[in-house]
Amino acid sequence: MTEQYKKLEELANKYLDDLYKNKTVIKVQTGTSGQAVGADEIFSLLSSKKSDNINVIEVGSMGLMYLEPLVVVVLPTNDQIFYANVDEKLTEKIFEHYSTTNEILKENSFAYESSRNLDESIPKLNELPQFSKQLRIATRNFGEVTPGDILQYISTGGYSALNKALFEMTPEDVVEEVKNSGLRGRGGAAFPTGVKWSFLAPNKAPVKYVLCNCEEGDPGAYNDKGILETDPHTLVEGLILNGYATNSNKSYVFIRQGHDIPINAIERAISEAYDKGLLGENILGSNFSFDMEVSLTGDSYVAGEETALMEAIEGKRSPPRFKPPFPAASGLWKKPTNINNVKTISYVPQIIKNGSEWFKSTGTEKSSGTAIVCLSGHISRPGMYEIPMGMTIEEVLEEVGGGSNSNKPIKMLQTGGPLGGVLGKEAFATKIDFDEMAQSGAILGSGGIIVCNDSVSVVDLIRNLVAFNQFESCGKCFPCRLGNTHMYDVLQRLADSKSNSKDLELLDRIGKSMKIGSLCGHGQLGYNPISSSLKYFESEIIDSINNKVEPLEKMLTPTRTRPNSAE
Amino acid sequence: MSEKHNSEKLRNIIKDSISNQKRKTVTVLSSLLAVQDSLHYIPDEAIEEISKHCKVTINDVWSVASFYTNFRFTPPGDKTLDVCWGPSCHINGAQKLINQAHDELDIKGEGESEDKKVTLRYSTCLGACAQSPVFAIDHKMFGKLDETKVTKIINTLKN
Ligand SMILES: Cc1cc2nc3c(=O)[nH]c(=O)nc-3n(C[C@H](O)[C@H](O)[C@H](O)COP(=O)(O)O)c2cc1C
Ligand code: SF4
Ligand code: FES
Repeated sequence: MTEQYKKLEELANKYLDDLYKNKTVIKVQTGTSGQAVGADEIFSLLSSKKSDNINVIEVGSMGLMYLEPLVVVVLPTNDQIFYANVDEKLTEKIFEHYSTTNEILKENSFAYESSRNLDESIPKLNELPQFSKQLRIATRNFGEVTPGDILQYISTGGYSALNKALFEMTPEDVVEEVKNSGLRGRGGAAFPTGVKWSFLAPNKAPVKYVLCNCEEGDPGAYNDKGILETDPHTLVEGLILNGYATNSNKSYVFIRQGHDIPINAIERAISEAYDKGLLGENILGSNFSFDMEVSLTGDSYVAGEETALMEAIEGKRSPPRFKPPFPAASGLWKKPTNINNVKTISYVPQIIKNGSEWFKSTGTEKSSGTAIVCLSGHISRPGMYEIPMGMTIEEVLEEVGGGSNSNKPIKMLQTGGPLGGVLGKEAFATKIDFDEMAQSGAILGSGGIIVCNDSVSVVDLIRNLVAFNQFESCGKCFPCRLGNTHMYDVLQRLADSKSNSKDLELLDRIGKSMKIGSLCGHGQLGYNPISSSLKYFESEIIDSINNKVEPLEKMLTPTRTRPNSAE
Repeated sequence: MSEKHNSEKLRNIIKDSISNQKRKTVTVLSSLLAVQDSLHYIPDEAIEEISKHCKVTINDVWSVASFYTNFRFTPPGDKTLDVCWGPSCHINGAQKLINQAHDELDIKGEGESEDKKVTLRYSTCLGACAQSPVFAIDHKMFGKLDETKVTKIINTLKN
């Protein structure tokens, strides 16, 4: 271990001691989802109170979003008590209570964690299936640390993988390790990450870039922003490793403007990493130097496509580029470039620390590791969960998600974003795995799973998805630009019960021209929501085509020419 | 931001935002974002200043500004209400709540209320889908909405 890293560890241990020793620490989970239900107000209220034996800190979400605002009390004994749906009244109570005693306050506590048995009437966290079914690698610090606080991150073993790589491994070793781990890209295309890195690594160009894609425009997915706003140092460490492995000098983290919580967290993390000598010149005293910066984009879904993203970082409008040249040959500012998704990069520190064999021991043969899924919609436990690849959709829905949130049964799922697909019940036995999901007609994509009960009409759902694709088409190629508009018009006819018998054939024809005539995935995959729906809900769609269904309500969507655009 | 800036004052704010950007890499897009951050819209003067600063044509700047859907070219209302029509919110009843917001604010589609206090915008996803349906006021999220909560939020906007 290097002197420099040892010093950081000592600093971190002392810092943690000050925070926790003989203290009760109250952690408020104030991520985006928490703030949406008032967790920030709970935090302000607690921070305004004074007690000698209590410290109050902000942490990101542990993923159990349906229980937010969520507060965790860490007692001086290290026992932890978890509180759900905390309101102002309970906040007052929690503070009053723990400023005088270490006895457990039971009200609204849904779990505890301890090496001992504390209380028969409350389950241990690990006894809850929504927790025990998870295997948290990239999200291991979720709910534990203050986002961006580097000493808290180091105290969990953070940056030890970087220290190991810099002083015990060559860049080639790092690439090999990642290759060996079987890690595949989590941004949609599932390309093997180590192989991608090996395209860039041997290139001798003096300036090379590694980019991290956090555009995350898929509605229903929030795990990329989730990592940024909950444990941004995992990403920073992973990106430095990516830079070291590929001999690159600079990286950009690419994220859409307006998402202030994740943006602030990653910028804090980057600036603290510079302060501690983990970014910049001669990292930890090694020969390796590396820079990192956040690049904000305007609102454009297609900017998340890898070459479009480079246009956006260069400050231009962002229709995708033609390939070849591929990014590893000519990418950002025509320099050799690598690009990966946030989740992909966030696995890397643990792979380097524990080895590729360890990573491969989780998951399926061709999809190693875990999937980070975002459950939303008509499910009992909306939230973000990291589950081993190979778990069935059924298990995710029932055991992790707790099944339907009403007495209406689950009818279908929308997975992989608006270019992904729609799955019916027949597909619920499918394993969460890149290839099995693709075979079922949908994709795992970035991990969003929107759960619909039987009150949702499939035509209404795909009309929403196609409206999105239409709105977001960048307009460069007409099969995509016009095709999406045309498909939306047809779906609108179906929704209005004004369809004609040729509409199914028409949709198929438009879908096929989009597939062969579009430059990027946006157009190529744009028919997916409809083709996958036809696989599971053909008769329902045919009923709509035959106008046997009540007209649907009008859907409010924006138009591409917005009212305040240039006159 | 509804008061009219006189042109010179406006130009100074613009120049200031363009030359004091927080991040190192300065581009046409980053400059547009910086201006919109301080003024909440992109006036013609900004297009000119950015074209000078980045040494590109006025057309180049317009092409970027018109591409990304977050840019606007007239001053917005004092507060901006984002309503999410993404699929998670949609299946949890967002459309009804959006209709309600339209009625209570007397705004049709996207745009400003007559007193210029509020701008209503559609969002494709606010990223808090686990708490759907979701609205946001100036980026502060409000989740698990129902009719009562929407009325409450809109009342805070009106005052
Ligand atoms: C229209 C479109 C939008 C995309 N949006 C994203 C995105 O938001 N985030 C992302 O990581 N990848 C996105 N991708 C995929 C990227 O092009 C690229 O494959 C990915 O970032 C590579 O990272 P990975 O190998 O780690 O998966 C998008 C692709 C297309 C066609
Ligand atoms: S397929 Fe669509 S989004 Fe992709 S480049 Fe063509 S028009 Fe743009
Ligand atoms: S779909 Fe509404 S917040 Fe994501």
